[in-house]
Amino acid sequence: MGVLSNAAALLGKEVRTEFRSRELLSTTIVFVLIVVVLFSFTFDPTTNESHRFGPGLLWLAFLFAASLMLQPCFLREQANDTLSALRLAVSDPFAIFLAKIGANTLFLLLTELLMLPVFAALFNVNFRGQLPGLLLTFFLGSLGISTAGTALAAISAQARMRELLLPLLLLPLLAPILVASTEVTVGLMSADPVMQWKGIGFLVVFDVVFLTALWLFGEYLLEE
Amino acid sequence: MAKRVVLCAAAVLLVITAGYASFFVAPQERTMGDLQRIFYFHVSCAWAGLTAFSIGFASNLFYVWKRKEKYDWLGVTCAEVGVAFTTIVLISGPIWAKPAWGIYWTWDARLTSTFVLWLLYISYLLLRTLVEEPDRRALLSALFGIFAFIDVPIVFGAIRWWRTQHPAPVIMGGPNSGLAPGMRPTFYFAVLAMHIFMWFLISERYALEKMRSEVEVLHREAETS
Repeated sequence: MGVLSNAAALLGKEVRTEFRSRELLSTTIVFVLIVVVLFSFTFDPTTNESHRFGPGLLWLAFLFAASLMLQPCFLREQANDTLSALRLAVSDPFAIFLAKIGANTLFLLLTELLMLPVFAALFNVNFRGQLPGLLLTFFLGSLGISTAGTALAAISAQARMRELLLPLLLLPLLAPILVASTEVTVGLMSADPVMQWKGIGFLVVFDVVFLTALWLFGEYLLEE
Repeated sequence: MAKRVVLCAAAVLLVITAGYASFFVAPQERTMGDLQRIFYFHVSCAWAGLTAFSIGFASNLFYVWKRKEKYDWLGVTCAEVGVAFTTIVLISGPIWAKPAWGIYWTWDARLTSTFVLWLLYISYLLLRTLVEEPDRRALLSALFGIFAFIDVPIVFGAIRWWRTQHPAPVIMGGPNSGLAPGMRPTFYFAVLAMHIFMWFLISERYALEKMRSEVEVLHREAETS
């Protein structure tokens, strides 16, 4: 079996595991909601201010949520040592990463899409007509967050104080994603919407670079 | 021992000479005046820091490939030395910025990404304290070091992608950039001096890390026997 068919099978397993309990999704969604509501207390969420600060706060909420959501993706495998079984089952360990990246991207994207209308209503931001652009930004941003995050979750799962360590390693690494995604989202949510392709290109570069790094070095992260 | 003393003396002497040259030999800049003289110190530290991180990146790669503990020692050494130089950059920058821009810090892409780079290597050093087993610690930190170093080109590119307040690159910045001919000798001398100083720090810290590792092995042997 090739890497992709392995990854597809494992992705199915990840998605099934999550949708049986929906623990990860529900907690992440509630977390983002809490953060967004708390942010509204830190400044006056009138229309002009929301256009300027809103997208950045939204992405910050996504980043914080991701740093919590990505924790269990390898810890879950440690409980019954299922990671060893996974390693034996696949031809290339990159398939395990691909499946986990796919699942995390999907969960993050779902959270973002559910939170977008809530955010738009609360902060009085209009995104009508900009959905394709926003979808593209959310997808590329989430893919970058998941790729770097899955790699670092594999690292932090093997250390002490792992719950604190993952955000510590992950958040500075994701700073470029935060900058680029916010730039593009601000452009799309402004009164005179523009698509900032420079930011999209930047996100693509980040995603490709980290996917390549993981493809090259991923197998060492899963060594016994 | 004698080699260490010579290297130490040479490094200190060169840095002092570079400091002297930047104050008394280099010509005065037309618009910024004497303020610009911090440039020799600031940029040479930045380059030395990046060189240390680059050597660290190479040793991280070599560790993953060869699994020799000397590469792990060199990796942590370079990260620490790089952090030290980047700290100087982050302090000397605002000292220049306050009179030049009127503010100590601006959240521009280059400054911010240098700050992020610094934070990443602090995280790298922190990660090392949180993994007990030496081989696992070496492998995980080498891999994180590789991911963190990928941030370096993004730091360098950021100035071009989101052009903001930081001065455009003077060296290798394309047409219309470049250093005045009178400033070049001092600048390149400062860069050389800082690199030799960096090399001295790396060799000292490496010897220390090697010793620490040997003590750790002896401790473990004493515990098992």
